[in-house]
Amino acid sequence: MELSAFELLSALFILVLAAFVGYEVVSKVPTMLHTPLMSGANAVHGVIVVGAMLVAATADTPIAIGLALLAVILGTINVVGGFTVTDRMLEMFKRRPGDRG
Amino acid sequence: MTTLEILTMLVWLAASVTFIIALKFLASPKTARTGNLLGAAGMALIVLWTFFTHDATDPTATPGMFGNWWIIVVGGVVGGAIGWFAAKRVAMTAMPQMVAIFNGAGGGAAALVAVVEFLRDTETNPGELLPLAFIVATLLGAIIGSVSLTGSIVAWGKLQGFVASRPVSYPGSQIVSGILVVALIALGVYVAAIEPSVPLFLLFVVLALVLGVQLTMPIGGADMPVVISLLNSYTGIAVAATGFVLSNYALLIAGTLVGASGAILTQLMCRAMNRSLFNVLFAGFGTGGGEMAAGAAGEEQLREISADDAAVLMAYGKRVVIVPGYGMAVAQAQGPVRELMDLLLSKGVDVQFAIHPVAGRMPGHMNVLLAEANVPYDRLKEMDEINDDFADTDVALVIGANDVVNPLAREEGSPISGMPILNVDQAQNVIVLKRGRGTGFAGIPNPLFSNERTKMLFGDAKPSVEQLVAGVKQA
Repeated sequence: MELSAFELLSALFILVLAAFVGYEVVSKVPTMLHTPLMSGANAVHGVIVVGAMLVAATADTPIAIGLALLAVILGTINVVGGFTVTDRMLEMFKRRPGDRG
Repeated sequence: MTTLEILTMLVWLAASVTFIIALKFLASPKTARTGNLLGAAGMALIVLWTFFTHDATDPTATPGMFGNWWIIVVGGVVGGAIGWFAAKRVAMTAMPQMVAIFNGAGGGAAALVAVVEFLRDTETNPGELLPLAFIVATLLGAIIGSVSLTGSIVAWGKLQGFVASRPVSYPGSQIVSGILVVALIALGVYVAAIEPSVPLFLLFVVLALVLGVQLTMPIGGADMPVVISLLNSYTGIAVAATGFVLSNYALLIAGTLVGASGAILTQLMCRAMNRSLFNVLFAGFGTGGGEMAAGAAGEEQLREISADDAAVLMAYGKRVVIVPGYGMAVAQAQGPVRELMDLLLSKGVDVQFAIHPVAGRMPGHMNVLLAEANVPYDRLKEMDEINDDFADTDVALVIGANDVVNPLAREEGSPISGMPILNVDQAQNVIVLKRGRGTGFAGIPNPLFSNERTKMLFGDAKPSVEQLVAGVKQA
């Protein structure tokens, strides 16, 4: 967990650049897609499940194991639920006028 | 670096790129679904890669992934089943609550990861101060994740009706929030700079959980979409902080990406309501006005209309504009509404839908519901597109919308002053379908309803629209 100054700075570079990318990518989305977008972004931060897996790997006390298990459950709910619900919403946008499902 | 470490970083890069493309593709209805699937694929890649290679990338890990592989399998199966079933079964009308809950789950996971990481580090280096950048990121992940968790639960409760949707506040509420923030800062500084105490760290997490409730309760249910978007952004930041703690660039990038995009999305939503974020969060929107509206004044002036008369008015008009609101969503009236549209079109009446940017409880909520009912999206007009046409409209049919058509917004001194509204009051006839005589979500009276061109059709939106359909058939 000791980070060198170079690693710290690299992380800072990534942070700042990713923030700009996030801002740029979303600033042109039409209002009608705001709900799916919120939901889609919600699914993306479900990547926290990877963090939960990493701490689960080294959990060695009953408390740590219990908390890590809960973290994996919550993270998986976020990922699986997030992508599924976004897909359900977007499926409905795909229909062309005139198509009847 | 070993080959495996290099490959791991390349997997992080690939996953990050899919996340960026997913958000980028969500900007257009044509590519949105592909983008979402691509994001899901990137997620699957990084999760599977981590699961199968982690043991080798981190030789210091004891007992290692293989010792604890069951945690991931059990947690993944349980969480996956819950998430999948919830997402598949939720009604389209309850989508905002669902997003709130998934967001809360992510925030909770981020907070838990920070807690477990803190416990592990204080155990391996008892009594030693943790590196500053590291402990700051851990504290950030814990506090933001916790606020996001409880804030999302309150937002969910408000939309679901388990928690009063009106702003709930008590005297000195903001002072209590202030004290909480000061206490959190003090505890954070102590844990980071003086002594890495486990009990104090846990107290820090508990206070953060309380803060999430404290900050969300005073906000009215009508503003929950903005709050959910903001909390979504918070969770992103918490995930980024965790990525920093774990030196995992994929978490860092994905978290920052969501943090930034959630922040701009929150801004866009506030702009659609012509209010500042500060106003949304701290003004207790909709606290007043309730009693004012409940008073008898003005109620006698409401003119009622029968469904048959309303149907005739529409069937013999040239142009009907339907204005859907949350009332249509709760009543699940979108199917009958489409039927009404089809019938009117077959009688040669031009039918369009006027969609206010914040109609329903989320931007785009109405578009999703009407798309679900197979209303072609070229009939859905945004506010700016249709607002000048109301004067040439024979009948404006307002279905369960209230605040977005309230002319008070054009005047000073009302809580919704300055919010752009649909110019429904300029139509030749206005028919308002409304469940009861109460006020809208914002709790403000609506002079549109007592306007002389307005006729009220009281009742649940679904049977009301069905009666209109029957009436138009006979007309």
